[in-house]
Amino acid sequence: MSLEMFFQHCFNALTLGSLYALIAIGYTMVYGVLRLINFAHGDILMVGAYFVFFGTFAFGWPWGVSAIVAVAGASLLGVLVERVAYRPLREAPRISALISAIAVSFFIESLAVVVFTGQPRPVLQPDWLISEWQLGNIRVLKLTAFVPVMTAVLVAGLLYILYRTKPGLAMRAISKDIETTRLMGVRVDNIIAFTFAVGSALAAASGIMWALRYPQVHPYMGIMPGLKAFVAAVVGGIGSVQGAVIGGVILGFVEIMSIAFFPELSGYRDAFAFIILVLVLVFKPTGLLGEDLKEKI
Amino acid sequence: MQFNRNTFICLALMLAGGLFLTQADLFLSDYQLYICKLFFINAILALSLNLIYGFTGMFSLGHAGFMALGAYMAALCILPPEQKEMMWILEPIIWPFSDLFTPFWLAVILGGLVALVFAFIIAVPALRLGDDYLGIATLGFAEIIRVLLTNATPITNGSLGIKGIPDAATLVTCYVWMLITLVVISRIVYGNFGNVLRCIRDNEIAAQVMGINVFAYKVMSFCVGAFFAGVGGALLASHLSTIDPKMFNFLLTFNVLMFVVAGGLGSLSGSVIGAGIITVLLEWLRAIEEPMEFLGMEIPGIPGMRMVVFSLVLLAIILYRREGIMGSREITLAGIARFFRRFTQTAGRAGQ
Repeated sequence: MSLEMFFQHCFNALTLGSLYALIAIGYTMVYGVLRLINFAHGDILMVGAYFVFFGTFAFGWPWGVSAIVAVAGASLLGVLVERVAYRPLREAPRISALISAIAVSFFIESLAVVVFTGQPRPVLQPDWLISEWQLGNIRVLKLTAFVPVMTAVLVAGLLYILYRTKPGLAMRAISKDIETTRLMGVRVDNIIAFTFAVGSALAAASGIMWALRYPQVHPYMGIMPGLKAFVAAVVGGIGSVQGAVIGGVILGFVEIMSIAFFPELSGYRDAFAFIILVLVLVFKPTGLLGEDLKEKI
Repeated sequence: MQFNRNTFICLALMLAGGLFLTQADLFLSDYQLYICKLFFINAILALSLNLIYGFTGMFSLGHAGFMALGAYMAALCILPPEQKEMMWILEPIIWPFSDLFTPFWLAVILGGLVALVFAFIIAVPALRLGDDYLGIATLGFAEIIRVLLTNATPITNGSLGIKGIPDAATLVTCYVWMLITLVVISRIVYGNFGNVLRCIRDNEIAAQVMGINVFAYKVMSFCVGAFFAGVGGALLASHLSTIDPKMFNFLLTFNVLMFVVAGGLGSLSGSVIGAGIITVLLEWLRAIEEPMEFLGMEIPGIPGMRMVVFSLVLLAIILYRREGIMGSREITLAGIARFFRRFTQTAGRAGQ
């Protein structure tokens, strides 16, 4: 493989990894506060991408405006899902909430099939994103640079919220001990809703960029990225935002590089993430940066 | 195993049911027979998942994977060799699968055994995990199985799938396999073995402290569940006559989970009832996807509406009636007798 090709693959891996990272952050944040795998997360990504599709094609808004509206819409949807399907089950066994999450996920998907039809649809790609830079012998699609930069900005913003603001402090407190946090006068329900809003906004951002990268939207587009991003969250250590980013990037590199070096394995592409998951869970269940969740007796 | 009056009553009821079903094609339409068979197969799947999840507390989302293994194994066993040679157009089928040709009952057992072997391989790493991690890991394994099936073209015919599988799963065959599943799992669950499983489900640490080899019991329960999932898959393959890797996606696991949750976790009769109600409901909901006339208005059919209603039903069950239809109760002969005694008593008192 030539050096140019290698760099090209690196860029692709970084792009894919950033997309996984953005989704993984949502999983890890929700898991941090509620100990719940939010199965509907991948579908919120899909809804975000569809909002942009309708914004640009049906209403004729510029891409940037549609993207902002889509992120806002998706985070509202995230809050709604939490309110309807998770909050009533907060005192119930964890598995009940998990089944509820699966049901919500299927509900959103099948509703999307009814409303948007199952046809994949093409997405508008703004011209300034699909032109190329020429760096020596390497040609870089501007999009492949835009995605990691955007991801870095969003993650920086998130870390600011988490470590420099009151709601961020409350979020971290809830992930340590929800009851004590409530006793300290924090409105736990509002903070949890806020967590869902932030996580869903990031998922929507990822979904919008995903739709640019693989330029179409369809109702089941969120499932695979969602599952793989969850794997990324586990690899990085669930509950840790930095871990989710690292896990996402690792997953992106493994997926792109293994196919780049062994093209005959391309049929097994979707299995890599799960093989990694199993290896991580067997050898280091807490992930790279995760805290040890000791079982309380 | 003790034989008493109840055992004989049960055997007689099962036999009567079987005799009844041999004559069923006299008064049931083809479509009704189709639904009946589907119900028996779904009941097998629900019972097997209930053993794993409802009684042992292992949240497994890998059922579709085990079903796929059973389905492919059985399909390879019962397809005549000439037909296989013609169908594998991408790559020729490899020996021993090319010459494999067995009767249906053996094919179903082999299907179950393949699923069991894979479950055993999976169990060793996966069952160390708890709760939702286990769910994700088993979901991952099911996906891996699906990817393997798609790529193992010389065995599985890849993404083209297998078509024209002989319809060897008659109504009575499905019924008998459901009874076998029901009897085996209820013998397991309501014996001492089952007490251990429930102990593990309710408090794993307490079980460990009492000296139970928790891991071994979990593996056994998981493997038995997987065996019957494979059996269910094998019957399904013959029933539907066409299988391909896409069919065995997460949606299939979700369906089975739905039967179990609706019927009641930890109730075998609940699983059977849940499978029955939801199988019928799913078929009945096809009606809302067809155009219909309502109060003189023409309502166009909405394709996909079925799954919307279906997922809302599951959501409603889990939000408002988490224990499902039966909770963890069972329908027993003694229970029925008590019900009738009370019924006749109140009827007698009302007559006075």
